[in-house]
Amino acid sequence: MSIFLDQNSNIIVQGITGSEGSYHTARMLAYGTHIVGGVTPGKGGQKSEHGLPVFDTVKEAVDVTGATQTVIFVPPPFAADALYEAHEAGISLAVCITEGVPVHDVLKVVGATSGMRIIGPNCPGLISPGKASVGIMPGHVFSQGDVGLISRSGTLTYEVVDGLTRAGLGQSTCVGIGGDPIIGTTFVDCLREFKNDPQTKAIVICGEIGGSDEEDAAAWIGEHLAGTPVVAFVGGQNAPPGKSLGHAGAIVSGAFGTAKSKIEAFRAVGVPVAERPSQIPSLLEKALAASP
Amino acid sequence: MNLMEYQGKELFRRCGIAVPRSQHCTGPDEAAAFVAANPGEWVVKAQVLMGGRGKAGKIKFASSAEQARSVTREIMATPMPPNRQNPDGEEIHSVLIEERLPIAHEAYCAITIDRTHKRPVMMVSGFGGMDIEEVSEHHPDSIAKHFIDTAAGYSPFIGRELAFASQLDVGYRKAFPALAGALYELFFRYGAKLVEINPLALTSDGRVIASDAKVELDDDALFRTPEFTEWQKALPLDEDETLAAQAGVGIRNFRRFGGTVGTMANGAGLAMATMDAVTNAGGRIANFLDVGGGANAERVRNCYELVVNHTSAKVFFINIFGGITRGDEVARGIVTALEETRARRVPLVIRLTGTNEEEGRAILAAAGMTPVETMDEGATRAVEIAKA
Repeated sequence: MSIFLDQNSNIIVQGITGSEGSYHTARMLAYGTHIVGGVTPGKGGQKSEHGLPVFDTVKEAVDVTGATQTVIFVPPPFAADALYEAHEAGISLAVCITEGVPVHDVLKVVGATSGMRIIGPNCPGLISPGKASVGIMPGHVFSQGDVGLISRSGTLTYEVVDGLTRAGLGQSTCVGIGGDPIIGTTFVDCLREFKNDPQTKAIVICGEIGGSDEEDAAAWIGEHLAGTPVVAFVGGQNAPPGKSLGHAGAIVSGAFGTAKSKIEAFRAVGVPVAERPSQIPSLLEKALAASP
Repeated sequence: MNLMEYQGKELFRRCGIAVPRSQHCTGPDEAAAFVAANPGEWVVKAQVLMGGRGKAGKIKFASSAEQARSVTREIMATPMPPNRQNPDGEEIHSVLIEERLPIAHEAYCAITIDRTHKRPVMMVSGFGGMDIEEVSEHHPDSIAKHFIDTAAGYSPFIGRELAFASQLDVGYRKAFPALAGALYELFFRYGAKLVEINPLALTSDGRVIASDAKVELDDDALFRTPEFTEWQKALPLDEDETLAAQAGVGIRNFRRFGGTVGTMANGAGLAMATMDAVTNAGGRIANFLDVGGGANAERVRNCYELVVNHTSAKVFFINIFGGITRGDEVARGIVTALEETRARRVPLVIRLTGTNEEEGRAILAAAGMTPVETMDEGATRAVEIAKA
């Protein structure tokens, strides 16, 4: 098992004929992901360069292919529209890779698409190693196993996963939830899924400064995940207040969103916090050894 | 994009929020001419993005043209001094000449985006004129909040409820629900991340007026309102942002800190972790730099020059984990930069792994460079060189 995504997921690509969409579709297919078609308005009836059917609308794509998941590579002004269209067509999981989506668009769309899980926007996607990859993560660093990973960042995820893989700690599912202030799926949403996933025996959370997602995650772990080995990392401990560093969501304002508050929240519920990404595998091994 | 007070008040006016009569002036002569033509009691306020103008003596009164000239000159003569929120201070390029209000009460009203509830949150307090963080520290119960359902939008009951809950002076009650609605309209129409009125004045003659305006627009939504691109030109980027734009990376992707270890990584998360690694190894960071996803040799070269030419780095740690970014492109960018640039030389510590790492390492080896294996090793090595 895994969460959100496995080898049986039928996936379409919104924006399949664009340069990003096309490039990453090829990579996802090469990983073995079950992509059944794509959508580009006005290019319906054509085949993509990968030989997949292209449809004008998501509804048509769903009707013909039976897809239940979508990955979105459309430019920022059209991302919310793509999500509404996916929701209306009955899609259950939408992964929005697009960076730079207006925050009000995201606010409205997450409030109006109940029943559809949105991952992102501004995220690298998710991967269930050995089964399927949706998004832009480099498949070769991942390996199949029983560690669930949730991260707000892309490349930091690869760094951490690379360490896990080298230490022989394979992954069940890795979810890049995105670096924007408003995102469809939070740490807590993922923790809830991991709790119900029999394959996942341990969890790694890669947080960063800004917002209170990490504090919320710590509180949830305290209440619902006692006994499950969890290790955390918080990036941006040396970021100055008032300046976003790269991610729009990574900003410390006043007393809110500091690395200190997040680290303390994790430690308070018994979650060890790695000082550097390279410590994560050994902390996890220790936590696994201590768990019943 | 943060707006100056005069720009924020222009948006307030458009949405029907009462603001004092005012004139935006770029120098003492203009200020004097305005007051000469409009005799009365005026306030001259420095137009800057940072707070603390009152304490810094950058808000002064004027009741004659000559006085307007002299206080404007005085205000503009020196920059805003540094404070805790803004350690660099800020240049003053203009002032706002504004009707002096007979203020009886000061309240606070703002709308921002709440990440946890995924909704806009409207906040009201009867303690106006203070920094809201101070209010939340000293009078936490005075702040009333409402999380607005974006589908239903604003309805006047929200304003009424907040006015009662925050115990606003009774003088506000009649005007407040409509004013809060206008503020929500502004927030929504212009895709703002923050709209704040502090203080929201109640005058002795019973008027409710926005005495200050703080508006932060979403950079990602600026494409919808072309006129704001013009406004943005009136808001000079700070030096780091200008340099970032010149190097072809996002303005949030570069920040200087004055230390001796220059850093560059691909992806904001990895770039932050790289800074943390250098600090943990006992070094002082010269800068944050996220070269972005899928960087080509050209961008890498520009970023190399950015760090070498424009920071206090004595050593430069490049940390690349290739996903979409390809190791060979990065290596090519570094090598070209070294060959072509007249930039000063600093020792390089390179960590290069992930997509096309073999090709990248071969290119570096041909140029006589050996990358380190891990981020920790790179950070330690860079700190040793910086301290040598």
